[in-house]
Amino acid sequence: MPLTEAIGEATINGLAYVGALARITGGAVRAAFSGPPRARTQRWRRAVHQAMSAGVEALPVVSLISFFVGMIVALQGAYQLRKLGAMQLVAAAVALIITRELGPLMTAVMVIGRSGSAFAAEIGTMKVDEELDALETMALEPVPFLVAPKFLAMILMMPCLTTWADFMGVVGGGVFGVAKAGFTWGTYFHATLDALVQRDIITGLIKSLMFGIVITAVGCQEGFSTGLGPEEVGRSTTSAVVKSIFLVIAVDLIFTAIFYFTAPQ
Amino acid sequence: MAKKPSRNEETPREETGPSISVRNLRVNYGEREILHSISFEVRAGETLVILGGSGSGKSTLLRALAGLAEPKEGEIWIRGKNFAAMPNSERDVLRKKMGMSFQGGALFGSMTVGENVALPLREHTPLDESTIEIVVRLKLDQVGLSGFEDYMPAQLSGGMKKRAAVARALAMDPEILFFDEPSAGLDPIIAAGIDELILKLKAAYAITMVVVTHEMSSAYLIADRMILIDKGNIIASGTPQEMRESQLPRVRQFLDRVPEPEVTGEIDYLQMLTGENAPGRQ
Repeated sequence: MPLTEAIGEATINGLAYVGALARITGGAVRAAFSGPPRARTQRWRRAVHQAMSAGVEALPVVSLISFFVGMIVALQGAYQLRKLGAMQLVAAAVALIITRELGPLMTAVMVIGRSGSAFAAEIGTMKVDEELDALETMALEPVPFLVAPKFLAMILMMPCLTTWADFMGVVGGGVFGVAKAGFTWGTYFHATLDALVQRDIITGLIKSLMFGIVITAVGCQEGFSTGLGPEEVGRSTTSAVVKSIFLVIAVDLIFTAIFYFTAPQ
Repeated sequence: MAKKPSRNEETPREETGPSISVRNLRVNYGEREILHSISFEVRAGETLVILGGSGSGKSTLLRALAGLAEPKEGEIWIRGKNFAAMPNSERDVLRKKMGMSFQGGALFGSMTVGENVALPLREHTPLDESTIEIVVRLKLDQVGLSGFEDYMPAQLSGGMKKRAAVARALAMDPEILFFDEPSAGLDPIIAAGIDELILKLKAAYAITMVVVTHEMSSAYLIADRMILIDKGNIIASGTPQEMRESQLPRVRQFLDRVPEPEVTGEIDYLQMLTGENAPGRQ
């Protein structure tokens, strides 16, 4: 195949995939806020169930990872700051990098591993076991029934998890700050709060919301496109993880660029 | 050669006409045509058994009837309406009057048996929770699963899963029930139990039932009428008695369980796949 044709085909496929993600997202959002009240109540009930497994149960691992990452950022920052004799800036460095970038990103990576893959596996298994067909014969559409609760759970839980991850990251950085950079816990938190402006936290949370949407859409889309046979579930799970990580980073870049160019000088 | 099915050209009338009427149905799987111009009718209250070997197209036919496979051509009239030509929203109205029991049960693994049966009621009816609970108990009782409300599907045996799936299919009091291989993968005693359940439902509710199977003993027992599908065509239809007496070679081969002659060469194999001058077919 000539190179131009290959590029063209890849572009069309890529756009079609993004289109499919948009369709699934639109369908889920519509279903979450429309439909008969009773069906809506059911969706919210399932959303709470999903929020427990995607959000609350993710707390330990998200806490630990962001604690470590906060510590790593402090160590790496200290390398450079030590040369400048500016160790007191460690708190600010950790605060900014964690809230703006690594808090949302590391949370997303954890959630992809725990929930994005689970969404793909759940829906994929349902497809293989004819459960999606069973839904259809019961006049129940899969997107409102299966995807809408996951969306609700994720757009609710991602900002919460990220906020917690931000806090744990700062605590991780604080351990180094207190041990090696001459801070007390009081001065460390004070320095953190001084370094942060509202915009840092809000942009991080907006990103986390977008990541949540991407992870759910990709996980569910990969589940629905599972082929025949149990081995296909494994394939779609892997594919959900790889595509989610790629798209989360792409979305991260886009939003970081938007925030950079719209930032007040 | 294959006996052509008789075509009934009469327009189905609402309520009084046949429950299901299929006309010149063609269904493709990708590029390959699985069903070639199939026509038949199922009368209201009748149990029709669709027989056929593996890959004959019988499951595809059932999927098309349930709206899970899109026909390439032809019509499927259900209760006087052309189901195949309807948009999905209208199909859903009819679907609430239809139930389907899948080969593996297709129960939702994350819900209890009771929640599975309650699902269509919760989603489609204004019934309150206490009424739903009663209906669920009633439906499970009908299939012989009283007291299993709180079990998860994974805790049930194969036969029990199928019974639970039937209870779920019955939840909305359907007028039409589809069964995909109800006795597949079950031991003879459990399979006989499922046959008995089908007979019981038939006697109690006069539901129109379409059952896909390759189990002859079960087919003879439950069928009012049967059709035999081979390579995407109906090659015979009639009452169990008529089928037993059929002298068509392909029908006899199926009923008498005569294996296909062994394929020896590539050409034979290709012919067997395409169905043209297939070995064993005269």
